[in-house]
Amino acid sequence: MAFVAIADRDHEQDLHDPQTFITKYIWSQDHKVIAIQYGVIAISVGLLALILSVMMRLQLAFPETFAFITPNEYIQFVTMHGMIMVIYLLTALFLGGFGNYLIPLMCGARDMVFPYMNMLSVWAYLLSVIILLASFFVPGGPTGAGWTLYPPQTILPGTPGHELGIFLMLLSLAVFIVAFTMGGLNYVTTVLQARCRGMTLMRMPLSVWGIFTATILGLLAFPALLVSAIMMLFDLILGTSFFMPAVLSMGETLNYQGGSPILFQHLFWFFGHPEVYIVALPAFGIVSDLLSVHARKNIFGYRMMVWAIVGIGALSFVVWAHHMYVSGMNPYFGFFFATTTLIIAIPTAIKVYNWVLTLWQANIRMTVPMLFSIGFIFTFTHGGLTGLFLGNVTVDLPLSDTYFVIGHFHMVMGVSPVLVLFGALYHWMPKITGKMFNETLGKIHFWLTFLCTYAIYLPMHYLGIMGLPRRYYAYGNAEFIPASAQSMNVGITMAAIILAIVQLIFIYNVIWTLRKGKPAGSNPWEATTLEWLTPDTPPKHGNWGPKLPEVHRWAYDYSVPGVELDYIPQTEPHHGHDSVDGESEDAADEASDHS
Amino acid sequence: MSMWTLAIALVCALTVWAVLVRYLMAQPWLASGDPGYTVDIAAVDEPAKKVGLYMFLAMVSSLFALFITAYVMRMDPTHAGDWFSIPKPGVLWINTLLLIYSSISMQQAKNVSETNNPQNLKRALLIGGVFAFLFLGGQLFAWEQLHDTVYFQLSNPALGFFYLLTGIHALHLLGGLYVWARVTTKVWKNAKPDSVSLSIELCTTYWHYLLLVWLVLFGLLLLT
Repeated sequence: MAFVAIADRDHEQDLHDPQTFITKYIWSQDHKVIAIQYGVIAISVGLLALILSVMMRLQLAFPETFAFITPNEYIQFVTMHGMIMVIYLLTALFLGGFGNYLIPLMCGARDMVFPYMNMLSVWAYLLSVIILLASFFVPGGPTGAGWTLYPPQTILPGTPGHELGIFLMLLSLAVFIVAFTMGGLNYVTTVLQARCRGMTLMRMPLSVWGIFTATILGLLAFPALLVSAIMMLFDLILGTSFFMPAVLSMGETLNYQGGSPILFQHLFWFFGHPEVYIVALPAFGIVSDLLSVHARKNIFGYRMMVWAIVGIGALSFVVWAHHMYVSGMNPYFGFFFATTTLIIAIPTAIKVYNWVLTLWQANIRMTVPMLFSIGFIFTFTHGGLTGLFLGNVTVDLPLSDTYFVIGHFHMVMGVSPVLVLFGALYHWMPKITGKMFNETLGKIHFWLTFLCTYAIYLPMHYLGIMGLPRRYYAYGNAEFIPASAQSMNVGITMAAIILAIVQLIFIYNVIWTLRKGKPAGSNPWEATTLEWLTPDTPPKHGNWGPKLPEVHRWAYDYSVPGVELDYIPQTEPHHGHDSVDGESEDAADEASDHS
Repeated sequence: MSMWTLAIALVCALTVWAVLVRYLMAQPWLASGDPGYTVDIAAVDEPAKKVGLYMFLAMVSSLFALFITAYVMRMDPTHAGDWFSIPKPGVLWINTLLLIYSSISMQQAKNVSETNNPQNLKRALLIGGVFAFLFLGGQLFAWEQLHDTVYFQLSNPALGFFYLLTGIHALHLLGGLYVWARVTTKVWKNAKPDSVSLSIELCTTYWHYLLLVWLVLFGLLLLT
């Protein structure tokens, strides 16, 4: 059957040009405006989480100094920092922000296929953020249960925010999941249905592959969080005993009996581990594109990269219990989950090798996005290697709940995706704003960020091996902790404060770009993908003007031998001698003649 | 333990793989790789809303599969032994029949919507919706019945799960009824058959799906 792109079918997608300020910028159904709304909300709430982490670091470096940080508040900061960063910043910014902006533009669509639902998605997301932030202002404050929200302590009186705080947290998560669902259905369906003519799945840029696969993971994994949140709300409000065992709390026997905290852990991590890849896969995809564009070379092993993304996505559902080794489990299960965890290292390693090989003998342009991408390769490799330690049961047991874990997961799913986010923001800022950012400020931002993250997280591995436990308000005079550990903590805090301040450079750079940036032109990086080929920069409503683009080649035709320019846009038809694989040119031409 | 979850995850992975594998063999770096690559098979030739609904159903399946997994794991007698099976209100059988009839009626509405027969369409849609509401009323009645017995002890996970599973299923049906109400209003205002036939088709799919989910849940409740 002849294929008709959705965007060509009038009845499928009626584009109403927004008329008023409100429909244009506030209740907008344009994917680009929604992306920016997602981005602004996510970055704002992320800055709050950054401030919380600075407060935590201040307390750790200078215990008994700050009267305004009590033990309760400290653990509340820990909890909110983690939850905001993982869910409300990284998930929202990668999928809601970049997913929204890039999918229609990179696939050659006019918009998402369900624009109205897309609009609802961002407003539901804002609602979830407001509910989350409201918990700072209710009696008892936000929950201090840790971002994993393990029962029974989550709803026991000893934990701060055990009444309203946890209620608002669970409610906010539920609303977030609804928001994500509305967005996620859009992303997946748009990729499947609304690609322009010629954009086969295997011609899609890896950014789209990463976001697409991550969204599918989200659609299958977020229900686990929803299930655990609903069941915990039942325990909290109605007094059921799904998760709550019989407990004695503050001398009183509570009405709970027989509930299974381990059941919660299984549900939580069945969401929690794919969540790591919900954040990582878009980063993998985007960084592949950044490396290829700024190295002027096709991505090494494109097909392998796609397989690796899909393979990692599938494997991420069968490794969750490696977060639960210390919870106690049948040794065979431990063996199974350790094995699957190590297997997932194979596709991941393939990706790392391919990134490095893309750089091999490339014509590298040391632009700001490139710097962030190379920085990512370092931090991701580092975080990935420490993952091998924690993936093994016997090595994990002594390291569990120490600063080694903090160092590991911040490297692998904190710093690494954030570096990609910055790279991506710098890379697409000229398209989003139409103006070029300040390159020098960008480079200063990169170097200080990169060096500070190492100054923060590398020492944490040593502290962890020393046995320093995580989530402690202060360490007192424990014998196994030498005085040098405290000096190290001071050093880490200094680096953290510098890192936080350095982020102001980025914000200043954005403002500077908007006010004084020079016009960037439509394709400043000389990239091949469709978003750089829009008739207007920034792209207008409907993206493509009267005619949709038509794709003739993959997204990575850089430095093709025998071609004058070192890049060929995806819309350029084949002329015979411009394919990367020189040997099969003639055969290929013949094949296309026959078809 | 969680072998169910494991099996479901594996099935999902294999399905995705089976669907994708024919695309994933392409060699896009060549001017022209295999025939599948040059031919425009870029997308599934189905309305976007239909694909969107299937994606949503995949997500809802994940939700119910996880609820059922939690149910089975919490039942495990070696864990706490505090699971006491409760008698299921007999009205559930009637409710099941109501939902089946609702589903049949929606199927009729779908069949009629392809012919041009507004009276029959209205009748079938109305019966489909009304019986879905009756089902919900019946579920509420079952809740009330159970509430008035000695078995109503919140500490019993079997009871908690009964309310949880029926409640979540009812919420999904309510969501469906919202769409049904919109479509039915359109039909009543004599909208063109073309403009509503897709919505009716998707509603019907959703109805059948929720019937299937209910049958699974009902079976699970009866067996335990």
